[in-house]
Amino acid sequence: MYVAVKGGERAIDNAHTWLAEERRGDLDVAELSIAQIREQLKLAVTRVMAEGSLYDPDLAALAIKQARGDLIEAIFLIRAYRTTLPRFGVSNPIDTADMTCDRRVSATYKDVPGGQVLGPTFDYTHRLLDFALAAEGEAPVPAPKAEPRREPTPHVTEFLNKEGLIQGEAPNDETPPDLTREPIKLPGTRPLRLQSLARGDEGFVLSMAYSTQRGYGRNHPFVGELRIGQVPVEMEIPELGFSIEIGEIEVTECETVNQFTGSKTEPPQFTRGYGLTLGMCERKAISMALVDRALRWEELGEDNVGAPAQDEEFVLMHSDNIQASGFLEHIKLPHYVDFQSELELIRKIRREVAQAQTEQTQEAAE
Amino acid sequence: MSQDYNFAYLDEQTKRMIRRAILKGLAIPGYQVPFASREMPMPYGWGTGGVQVSAATLTPDDTMKVIDQGADDTTNAVSIRKFFQKTADIDVTEETSKATVIQTRHRIPEEDLREDQILVYQVPIPEPLRFLEPRETETRKMHALEEYGLMHVKLYEDIARHGNIATAYAYPVKVEGRYVMDPSPIPKFDNPKMEMAGIQLFGAGREQRIYALPPYTQVVSLDFDDHPFDPSKADAPCDLCGATHTYLDEVIMDDAGTAMFVCSDTDYCRSRREAGHTGAQSAAQLHEVNA
Repeated sequence: MYVAVKGGERAIDNAHTWLAEERRGDLDVAELSIAQIREQLKLAVTRVMAEGSLYDPDLAALAIKQARGDLIEAIFLIRAYRTTLPRFGVSNPIDTADMTCDRRVSATYKDVPGGQVLGPTFDYTHRLLDFALAAEGEAPVPAPKAEPRREPTPHVTEFLNKEGLIQGEAPNDETPPDLTREPIKLPGTRPLRLQSLARGDEGFVLSMAYSTQRGYGRNHPFVGELRIGQVPVEMEIPELGFSIEIGEIEVTECETVNQFTGSKTEPPQFTRGYGLTLGMCERKAISMALVDRALRWEELGEDNVGAPAQDEEFVLMHSDNIQASGFLEHIKLPHYVDFQSELELIRKIRREVAQAQTEQTQEAAE
Repeated sequence: MSQDYNFAYLDEQTKRMIRRAILKGLAIPGYQVPFASREMPMPYGWGTGGVQVSAATLTPDDTMKVIDQGADDTTNAVSIRKFFQKTADIDVTEETSKATVIQTRHRIPEEDLREDQILVYQVPIPEPLRFLEPRETETRKMHALEEYGLMHVKLYEDIARHGNIATAYAYPVKVEGRYVMDPSPIPKFDNPKMEMAGIQLFGAGREQRIYALPPYTQVVSLDFDDHPFDPSKADAPCDLCGATHTYLDEVIMDDAGTAMFVCSDTDYCRSRREAGHTGAQSAAQLHEVNA
């Protein structure tokens, strides 16, 4: 009897039906709405937006629902959707000094103009399971409100810059490369690296950053500033000849202040690392700033100690979780043709070895 | 056709960009052309490169065949065929001779291809030197300088250790005496077929590379004079159609590990059986399960 291993369209269709059923779960439990995910799983939503490179909380929430909470799968859905969207134009660079900050902290100063704003942070919570949340609770006590700041909030690194204590960032009008529209060219430029890190996998970027803290390319950073909030997005409309505000997005920005360099001719200066992500992705933005700084070793005249986080090609080629998970999981696909060719080769080599051994034994006996 | 998407899913600008890369690839056989690979609605590593090349190649009049491991009914082949049926509304076929575009993973069809046929390969790692040198910045230099010594050393070391070149699939080839090229993970049995009448296009989506072989291009599998290339296969005839010249799958039949051999190219095997060829087990009740 020959049982043909047929994949078959029916198997695929049935698998999809079962998947849809599993996604919904127990029908006696109310279905999740997109709004619920958007409002109550906000940090998942912003991670999907950041790594999906698409700012749309509703679509991100839909992707999370469809992906059954698998965030990498949700990011994949967003990426695949994003790539089909037409491009109407390019916005002006956002100015994060204009941010309405929900959170803004500096670790390098006790207080700074604009103030330290803790915002809705987990930082000082005690990580004790709150069983009250398990019981369907009442609405939380409303948080006290302050008057929002009207004027721009200056960047902490600017204070250092005024004294020349931190290395300046030269403005550059060159159009940055777009890694979603051009193949990555190596060695890359800093804009390309930042772009890649901004959509890179949070776990990967975190581990890379952590490795620099533990000594693989040691670079002790201070969080000069971390800010999260809404920034206006402006776009120049050719027909109008001037810029208009087209909306607001939430971003997280982190600037690190790193140890100084200096030489006989150059006075020592602090150096910077930079992280920026869509949405509220604090861990990711800080990690990004550390990895950015580590990748700048050449530009800042440091030694390459062979640390993974200093290796641009290594970091850029492995930071994308959609590429990584796709390639990793493709080994689930049938490979029996290749395996067959290996089977034959290994049998042949074993046969030859066995034959050689027999001949040796015979020679020894003679 | 699904109206929500452009013909064959990709927008025309993207297809044009891919076609430019294909043309460049055809002009420099075996050279890996970087292209701005798009995120497709299937995962990287599952044929996104081949799918993009097919999408840029297909016209509404084309008839498409999709195979994986030589078979039309493997799950991923079914999925990719469905994708193009849905987004391009093209005719599909399982018959090699009726197809104008054939997308494949891991096999070249047994039947000779004609000049009016295009074979599109899905490629996981387009760089034949990758496992010898992990850095793209280095391997590009090696290709530019035709510095292929490392590859020959690897093959030599195989022979020194195993008495054989220990590569059974994705066996490296040299194209027109210039570029060393990865033929994608086809068994080395298929390598000689690459000198063919059809156009061969290779797409690697995740790695953002396209390369190509124009018709009748010289493709030589790397070897040594005293260890010539051996396009081996299982030493048995097909148990269904009796073919002795085809690549065979070994199918385990029972708990004791009894095996039978069948053509990996399911369409070829079917056409032979229909033409009256028989194998050792074709008398047995053919019980095909359409799971």
